Amino acid sequence: MVDTGSRDTSAPEGMQGFVADWSAERRVFNVPWGKAMMWLFILSDIFIFACFLVGYMVLRMSTVEPWPDASEVFALTVGGQSIPLLLIAIMTFILISSSGTMALAVKYGYEKNRGMTTVLLLLTALLGTLFVGMQAFEWYILINDGVRPWGNPWGAAQFGAVFFLITGFHGTHVTIGVIFILIMAVKVMRGSLDSQRPGFLTGRKGRYEMVETLGLYWHFVDLVWVFIFAFFYLW
Amino acid sequence: MAHDDTQQHPLRVYLWAWLWLFILSVLSYLVDISGIEGLLKWSLITLFMLLKAGLIVAFFMHMIWERLAIIYTVLIPPGVLLFLAGLMALESNYTLVSRLTFFAN
Repeated sequence: MVDTGSRDTSAPEGMQGFVADWSAERRVFNVPWGKAMMWLFILSDIFIFACFLVGYMVLRMSTVEPWPDASEVFALTVGGQSIPLLLIAIMTFILISSSGTMALAVKYGYEKNRGMTTVLLLLTALLGTLFVGMQAFEWYILINDGVRPWGNPWGAAQFGAVFFLITGFHGTHVTIGVIFILIMAVKVMRGSLDSQRPGFLTGRKGRYEMVETLGLYWHFVDLVWVFIFAFFYLW
Repeated sequence: MAHDDTQQHPLRVYLWAWLWLFILSVLSYLVDISGIEGLLKWSLITLFMLLKAGLIVAFFMHMIWERLAIIYTVLIPPGVLLFLAGLMALESNYTLVSRLTFFAN
């Protein structure tokens, strides 16, 4: 793909650059279009997750019943000792690790290091799968404890509804991310990005910017987890 | 600053961001198990959350190397969410007071 919208390297920086980018008669965002579209998708997804979190705030603030204590609800018993929030802490570290491996995959992708990029993408997918697996385990525990979208043994009935909605929606994002990362890993491994082989579905020519665009999605999923972790589990 | 389309940056930057994400996660977990309560707990959680979010967006998502046009497009619209949250906080407080006044017990 030829970047017809690229400007020469003397484009002004800062606020002047901002005005120039918007006022000149050419493409505003000087990035591959796939990346600009991914940013806009992320922007829309921010609003969806924000609506869920604001809804959660409304339910939690307005209920007269006590809200279940997340530290106790999500505690794990290890060696006869109850450790608060252990599973969630492990999940948080796993997701951050996967974000790190993804960032490095993008970096090695731009260096055209196929081996490293493939390994790091597979590692990211593995960590993502681990995260979803632990989330399924968490759901299993809570469902066994009697948590339902309409009630739970510890307090405000809305707890279950919020929990299943928010973690479920996030888990779906992770799952979709894992699938796309695996597809990208195969593409990188067989050299489709180097040879600019057209994609099976879209016919877009392979290029390493695609790894960065996919990385943006993956980091966004991690970003959402940062907010869920703080507002739902720690608050 | 990067003028070209590719985002190539030294390994060091990523590893530092990664390390700090781990440290901040440990700190926020410590806030939970330390039993700190009230305003201090909430402000610490929020602080660590915002720092983590900032690190991810700035370095992992390459935002500090992007041009202002894209930075503003992505970061300014979510600002209205603060307004939504504030509005809904007022509203839910009103709901709570009504419930306590007319329905509780």
